[in-house]
Amino acid sequence: MPRLVEAFWLDVRIFMWTTPCIVAGALLLAVARSTRAPALFPVRLAAIAYIDVMRGVPVILWIYLIGFGVPGLGMERPWNSPLLWGSVALGMTYSAYVAEVFRAGIESVHESQRAAARSLGLSGAQAMRFVILPQAVRRVVPPLMNDLVSLQKDVALVSLIGPIEILRQAGIDKAKFANFTPYVGAALVFLAVTIPLTRFADHLLARERVRTGGSRVR
Amino acid sequence: MTPRIELSGVRKSFGSNVVLDGVDLSAAPGEVVTLIGASGSGKTTLLRCVNLLEPVDDGRILLDGTDIAAVGVDPNPVRRRVGIVFQSFNLFPHMSVERNVTLALTEVLGQPATEAREAARAMLGRLGLADKAGAYPDQLSGGQQQRTAIARALALNPEVLLLDEVTSALDPELVGEVLDVVRELRGSGITMLIATHEMGFAREISDRVCFLAGGTVVESGPPSQVFGAPSDPRTRQFLARVIASGRLDP
Ligand SMILES: Nc1ncnc2c1ncn2[C@@H]1O[C@H](COP(=O)(O)OP(=O)(O)OP(=O)(O)O)[C@@H](O)[C@H]1O
Ligand SMILES: [Mg+2]
Repeated sequence: MPRLVEAFWLDVRIFMWTTPCIVAGALLLAVARSTRAPALFPVRLAAIAYIDVMRGVPVILWIYLIGFGVPGLGMERPWNSPLLWGSVALGMTYSAYVAEVFRAGIESVHESQRAAARSLGLSGAQAMRFVILPQAVRRVVPPLMNDLVSLQKDVALVSLIGPIEILRQAGIDKAKFANFTPYVGAALVFLAVTIPLTRFADHLLARERVRTGGSRVR
Repeated sequence: MTPRIELSGVRKSFGSNVVLDGVDLSAAPGEVVTLIGASGSGKTTLLRCVNLLEPVDDGRILLDGTDIAAVGVDPNPVRRRVGIVFQSFNLFPHMSVERNVTLALTEVLGQPATEAREAARAMLGRLGLADKAGAYPDQLSGGQQQRTAIARALALNPEVLLLDEVTSALDPELVGEVLDVVRELRGSGITMLIATHEMGFAREISDRVCFLAGGTVVESGPPSQVFGAPSDPRTRQFLARVIASGRLDP
């Protein structure tokens, strides 16, 4: 049991540092993808390519590819840790998924809001920052919370690659897998976190519905 | 005297739909010009072109003699001088009434927050919204929302104000309070271009009325002439329909 708690604490730490990176990266990607100026076409293209590639390959594969691949390039400690690079891979893939959530939010803001902002002399970037993004982010908080619940689960994939590496080196002790108790325990610990998080997301969704009421005509 | 705003040969199409087909129009400083015409005649499109929200296909739009529709013109300084109020208000729903008004003051004009707040309070007071500064748009009536939108545009102290059917999204009992605001503005030196279906109002407030049809200004003159003795058969037909539907006393 202490080892389970230790493993969970590791998960929590990975979750804590990847989440802000994911949100920031996703916002950047979504804004890059939503730019309109013809001159920014390469930026748009790069964002689309990145998002498509990251989402086109299963998360677990990215974690193995980057988590084992980058340390395998012969880096020095502490930069050769599969845990570190596994988390980076998780952040990179999730940024792409979350970027699409943000983009859906950006597109859900009616064109007339942008027109109103621009008509006051705000630049395109200012319109995005002060008018479009704040409304977009508010609208996508519930789906975002759902993504964070999934993230919380996928963090386990990263924390697994450390032990897997050790097991592989030590020769896998098959007998250990016959005992399911730790897995049941782990599942319970996860549920203890994800269920409240999901309920919180529902709560936010409900509150948003009440607040915006029937007055929105879009 | 140079007109404040002058359109010449303005053309605008959406695909194969030619909406503006060589519009000529001008307004002297402080003049109130109303645009009337059937639904779909291009009144909204014309106002959006003047605010540079729509690029024109051809023609010139002169603001104090400078072509603002030319390629390469930075639209943002122009928009500070040419405000627009939309039919559907388009207030920012996530901002208080006061912030709606101060946003452009702080971010476009670079005013300090306290100065912008004072200016916003003064403007809101002028439009009878002094007690609504802290409210959010969805807590206001339609008339209050539209007055907020007018305050937001006026706060930048524009030389030209474009009003696009500012009362047509309002319940009949709220129309008056918004028209009162526009009446107040008349004679304050601001030049107004007003698209409207309120014919009685157009007759009362305009220095000049322009009737738009087929993508051009078919008839233009003082309201007494356009409403009283229209010379173009299309204008007569339009007015006959308006009178028949009870929207204008003959
Ligand atoms: N963004 C757009 N894309 C395509 N067509 C458009 C667009 N905006 C306007 N139009 C078309 O241009 C024509 C003129 O529209 P506009 O809104 O300027 O008319 P209007 O005189 O303001 O009408 P109303 O009195 O109903 O407001 C219409 O046929 C409309 O369908
Ligand atoms: Mg219109």
